[in-house]
Amino acid sequence: MASLKLVPVFLLLGGAALAQTYGVGRAPTAAESAQSITLSPTGAGLPVGHGNAVEGKELYTSKSCIVCHGPEATGGVTSAPNLQAKFGPDHNAWERRGGGDQVAVRAPNAIILWDFIHRAMPLGNEGTLAPNEIYALTAYLLYVNKIIPEDQVLDQNNLTKVKMPIGNEYVRVPDWKPNSPRIPASLLKIPK
Amino acid sequence: MDPKSKSRRELLKGGAAAVGAVAASASVSKIAFAQTPASGALPSYAENEAPMIPLTDDLIGYGVRSHYVTSKRIPSTTGYAISPDEFGLSFHVATPLQDSIGTIQASSLHYTATTKKTFIPDIDPAKHTLMIDGLVDRPRIFTMADLKRFPSVTRFHFIECNSNSAAPTDKTVQQTHGLTSNAEWTGVLLSTLFKEVGIKKEASWFVAEGAEEEKGASTIPMLKGMTDVIVAYGMNGEALRPQNGFPVRLIVPGFEGIFNTKWVRHIKAVDQYQLNMNDYGHLNRTALGAAMIYQIGPKSVITFPSGGQKLPDHGWYEITGLAWSGQAAVKNVEVSTDNGKTWHIAELKNTPHPMAHVRFGYMWNWDGGEHVILSRTTDAIGQVQPSREQLAKALGVEFTPQYRPPGNNNTIMKWKIASDGSVTNGLA
Repeated sequence: MASLKLVPVFLLLGGAALAQTYGVGRAPTAAESAQSITLSPTGAGLPVGHGNAVEGKELYTSKSCIVCHGPEATGGVTSAPNLQAKFGPDHNAWERRGGGDQVAVRAPNAIILWDFIHRAMPLGNEGTLAPNEIYALTAYLLYVNKIIPEDQVLDQNNLTKVKMPIGNEYVRVPDWKPNSPRIPASLLKIPK
Repeated sequence: MDPKSKSRRELLKGGAAAVGAVAASASVSKIAFAQTPASGALPSYAENEAPMIPLTDDLIGYGVRSHYVTSKRIPSTTGYAISPDEFGLSFHVATPLQDSIGTIQASSLHYTATTKKTFIPDIDPAKHTLMIDGLVDRPRIFTMADLKRFPSVTRFHFIECNSNSAAPTDKTVQQTHGLTSNAEWTGVLLSTLFKEVGIKKEASWFVAEGAEEEKGASTIPMLKGMTDVIVAYGMNGEALRPQNGFPVRLIVPGFEGIFNTKWVRHIKAVDQYQLNMNDYGHLNRTALGAAMIYQIGPKSVITFPSGGQKLPDHGWYEITGLAWSGQAAVKNVEVSTDNGKTWHIAELKNTPHPMAHVRFGYMWNWDGGEHVILSRTTDAIGQVQPSREQLAKALGVEFTPQYRPPGNNNTIMKWKIASDGSVTNGLA
């Protein structure tokens, strides 16, 4: 009986150890917190702004995107990728990417394009584009890939609502548990 | 005589003369003991001694390997870009597995990769910080000095790129399997930092973001972060190197390389799977496809003898290689020298650790005939490395000679030994 009584004590001790904090580090300032660029797929946190493909096409030239990605965003000038998917909307979205095509045509959410331009472009001058410019460039890339019309204005409210070709036909990474197999048994055709 | 290969005797003679000169000018006769014997004769074995390596400040400060050892990394040709490209961006660089010894890959030879192509950032550690926020009770910013105040862990883990073995018919093991390396990593467990900031119970994922120019970011399960992810600042007994994420990176044991966020600067706890550029690469048409591009399966490869090497004569050799699994420690490795007809349990050369390379060896008396040699591993949770045929069957697809396994290819590798001892790719 004595050993049974000890169990809760050990649990308590374990709980205390797990809850250990050290008081190291400091709270970020408001300015530091505001530097976070991580966006939710819901669009929460997108800055206010708007732009369409016509404006985007001008920016594509004036911001020198054209120098690396080529006229019409088809690549081939440098090793910077083609931004026009090889196949058009008559193909299944999963087949619209190939070779060096890097624009996220088969993404389920247009926010991926916005996010990548925002965090990674233009090379060497990342973070210099204003929100309006990023909405416009996103609209241009969606337009050349025949996903939205040329005059559609994208903004912080409708960006995540753009109907992407892939719809809901995708699967994300499986749930993870320690010591579970790489391929869940349910997906194997023959039992191990 | 080659002026470079100055014998030790000559140097000693010269040195003694110089010392003598110093002694004379300083009138210090005690230095005479350093001089060679009066006869000038040295023991005859000295004639066989090697030339000396000049002892420079650099050599004293941070050693270099012998110039006879020339093993090098190479830009990987798998994937869509060569490193460096015309902008100076780095993508995939493969480690020389054919020359690997033991299980720890020297940091200077550790494979490197970036999430897309990226410049290698030159980060001042005094200015670098890691912010953890999102669904937490106490958002925090940690300096490098802060991170080193937390209890540390030191663990062995491999990292492997998803595209490793995407071209399994290449000539050498560096080309076919060189996008994996194993190292000793030191840092603080992410779970320790998560306790410090107080993760809210609705947080089911976290996003880790690097400080490189493209700020590569990946979404990782919160349970993984609470289990074994390391916020690592040390590698093989010293600070990380810039190509490996200096000053601090994530080690996400067993997950494919891209999750192991280098130059990590921001971790955000979130309540749903995010859609960063890296995450979108992990979406797939099928659940099976998504599983195959997520974690590394049980895998092994023979590094000697391997493609491009040559056995000089028949007789005894140790067939040796590396084995690993993304879910557990390696349990055993088997070697076949008859194209998989019979298998022999190999000797494990070190204690297997979870999600770490283990070195295996099998003594083999080569008869001078043609052989196809292969290895397969079984891990501690019972997963067996499949052959290409077995994988196709398990996944319910038709097997053809051109079959390409989806995601990271962990299937059995074959090396062919010809009667002249030359080794070529057994899958080519």
